[in-house]
Amino acid sequence: MSQMHEQNHPAGRLALEKLALRIGGRPLFAPLDLTVSAGEIVTLMGPSGSGKSSILAFICGTLDPIFDSAGKIFINDRDVTGLPPEVRRAGILFQDDLLFPHLSVGENLAFGLPRRIRSRREREARVLQALDEAELEGFAHRDPASLSGGQRARVALMRTLLSEPQALLLDEPFSKLDLNLREKVRRFVFDHARAEGLPTLLVTHDPEDAAAAGGRVAQVKPAIVEIPCAPISSQKGHEIPTN
Amino acid sequence: MRKFRRTGVLRYAPALTMLLFLGPVGAGLIGTWLPAFGILPALGGTEFSLSAWHRLFAIPGLGSALRLSLTSGLLSSILALVLVIGFVASCSERKSFRVLRRFIAPLLAVPHVAVAIGLAFLIAPSGWLVRLISPWVTGWTTPPDVATVQDPYGFALTLGLVIKEMPFLFLMTLAALHQTNAARRLAIARSLGYAPVMAWIKIVLPAIYPQIRLPIYAVLAFSLSVVDMAMILAPTTPPPLAVLVLRLFNDPDLSQRFVAAACASLQFGVVAAALGLWRLCEVAIAKLARPWLTDGRRGRSNGVSAPLFSFAASAVCGLGILSILAMTLWSFARRWRYPDVLPSGVSLESWIRQSSSILNATVNTLGIGLASAAVATALVIACLENERRQGVQTSARGLWLLYIPLLVPQIGFLFGTQVLAVQLGLDGTWWALIWTHLLFVLPYVFLSLSDSYRSLDERYIRSALCLGASPGRTFWRVKIPMLLRPILYAMAIGFAVSVAQYLPTLFAGGGRYVTLTTEAVSLAAGANRRVAGVFALLQAMLPMIAFGFAIAIPALLYRHRRGLRGIA
Repeated sequence: MSQMHEQNHPAGRLALEKLALRIGGRPLFAPLDLTVSAGEIVTLMGPSGSGKSSILAFICGTLDPIFDSAGKIFINDRDVTGLPPEVRRAGILFQDDLLFPHLSVGENLAFGLPRRIRSRREREARVLQALDEAELEGFAHRDPASLSGGQRARVALMRTLLSEPQALLLDEPFSKLDLNLREKVRRFVFDHARAEGLPTLLVTHDPEDAAAAGGRVAQVKPAIVEIPCAPISSQKGHEIPTN
Repeated sequence: MRKFRRTGVLRYAPALTMLLFLGPVGAGLIGTWLPAFGILPALGGTEFSLSAWHRLFAIPGLGSALRLSLTSGLLSSILALVLVIGFVASCSERKSFRVLRRFIAPLLAVPHVAVAIGLAFLIAPSGWLVRLISPWVTGWTTPPDVATVQDPYGFALTLGLVIKEMPFLFLMTLAALHQTNAARRLAIARSLGYAPVMAWIKIVLPAIYPQIRLPIYAVLAFSLSVVDMAMILAPTTPPPLAVLVLRLFNDPDLSQRFVAAACASLQFGVVAAALGLWRLCEVAIAKLARPWLTDGRRGRSNGVSAPLFSFAASAVCGLGILSILAMTLWSFARRWRYPDVLPSGVSLESWIRQSSSILNATVNTLGIGLASAAVATALVIACLENERRQGVQTSARGLWLLYIPLLVPQIGFLFGTQVLAVQLGLDGTWWALIWTHLLFVLPYVFLSLSDSYRSLDERYIRSALCLGASPGRTFWRVKIPMLLRPILYAMAIGFAVSVAQYLPTLFAGGGRYVTLTTEAVSLAAGANRRVAGVFALLQAMLPMIAFGFAIAIPALLYRHRRGLRGIA
């Protein structure tokens, strides 16, 4: 995949400075400072309602206006705070793959390709290459609804990667997959994120996800955030909420 | 035994509804087409003949009438649709979106005729808009001599239609957005680098268009065949096609009924052709735009579209609100000379002098409206309850059937329905009147109620049944009270639709029943703006009052029941 992005700046780091979200004056968590370097995967964990998904929405610029927010976001050392989502270059994956149902699988991928690649032949070639990489050769004209959960998740990731993001945000993207599939899709996503050198922030409540990511784990607790700066290990396991 | 009987009756609800509902439309169409070809035994027509068509095409202004209908109908539908799509696509994060959202429901409740009368007061050469800037800006000490209402191009009619149709399409679009997970899709498209408007058009529009297709068709069919608004805002020589049909039907020379039937059939053909053409355009656009969807064009973030559409949509809504204000002022005006901005005195004189005819028209309007809304709501609830108990879902085709009375132009079949009513001996009775209103009330009641009814958590019902309550008791003591708010709201919508009807009252009532709407239309042609204002205002107030009750009753009954507020 990485050879497809020669013209693209290599991804740098993703940095959050004193990030705080409040709803009705009530802070959701203590101010959060976090730097994710290129190719690193950091996991944000916390119970539901702790605001961890809202952090991702804040980073990609789609936060519900009922939240008050403070702090700064840097993507590739560029301050993107307050910019509209479409210029931030933060790719996001949700637990629902949200493939556009009116487009075929190939068209969904082409939707992600930048306009810079103009010729129809080259756009098609890129789409086929991405399908190939996702082990979905010959799926270009398929209806996304006819794909299995794992296949859809892979297409969603490829669509995001084709748009040449400079950071990757994962909002519990594996939680709807059944167990044996989850393992495979997780590896597929993490391998690609590392190969692309993307700073990746994963939000989850599944300790297995955090363990598989193998990077640092930040706990989002109501009004408190702890960032142990060590990879997740067995003795830390008991601290992780499993709800 | 009792339970068995109940289910038995319910099982016939859909069939009964369809018969009550589609029977008159079908019979009405046939009863209009036959006389167009010379067959109407009551008037001595027993043989097939094309003479009605020959006479129709010999009418001098027919070509202009047709052109006027087509331009105002197509233009207003396209404008309303473009405004709604542009506004929703570009302004959903602007303040104007939240403001307009609040004004949309009341604007929708105001009947067409009231909007038309108010708009005429507003844009006439001696209307409020000119008064506001005269003579200090314009120098006009007497009203300018230009036809701004009833203009030969039908612009006033087009504007009036846009004011009425934009809120309807806006509301339908909001409902469709809600059902298609639009916000999440938009977030994805924007994280892929798409500017908001481009993201909306490439990703959200293709998903919601199928859901707003029928409402768009209803708007198109209505705009092409509107009679009441056209009698107030459109030119009179020649009038638009649908008004011409009505004139021919009202001609004292009974042989003109054949020509009128031919003209009504032509009107039906015009609407059918326009709908077909629209469908072809949909297919062509979908095909041509396909490569564009995925060519990677992402649009610009700071286009001019947001301020432009925000202004245009606000202007249209603003005109609607000003129209209502204008007719309110006129109804209370004692003396209001040109170019005064406000009347020099206010009085209740116009109201008092008209009190007996106001009372008569109001009682009739209330009676027809309440009866048809109540019958429609009962039928809709019976159908929905049957649907649940039988475990069947209304298919897309069922929805098409529901829309039929809204897609077939009223003037194209009401004559035939009247012929049928005469044969059944129902002509000019309350039965005929309410039945005819029901055709147009029922679809809206169904559309309004079905979502809430179907989404009520089935476990409430199951818990009640498991507690030993009979299905009947569960229905009356659990389901209806829980759904009281959406039910009353649907009834209010049905009532508002009934209040607004003009042609159905005219045809089915045999001219014997005066409602606020028929009175407002006939007064609009007269010179007395005060009296026309009185009837237009009353006509606009009744639906508002109904909505007020629909909101207040559950709020009062359930003021200590916070859990019910979230439902529907």
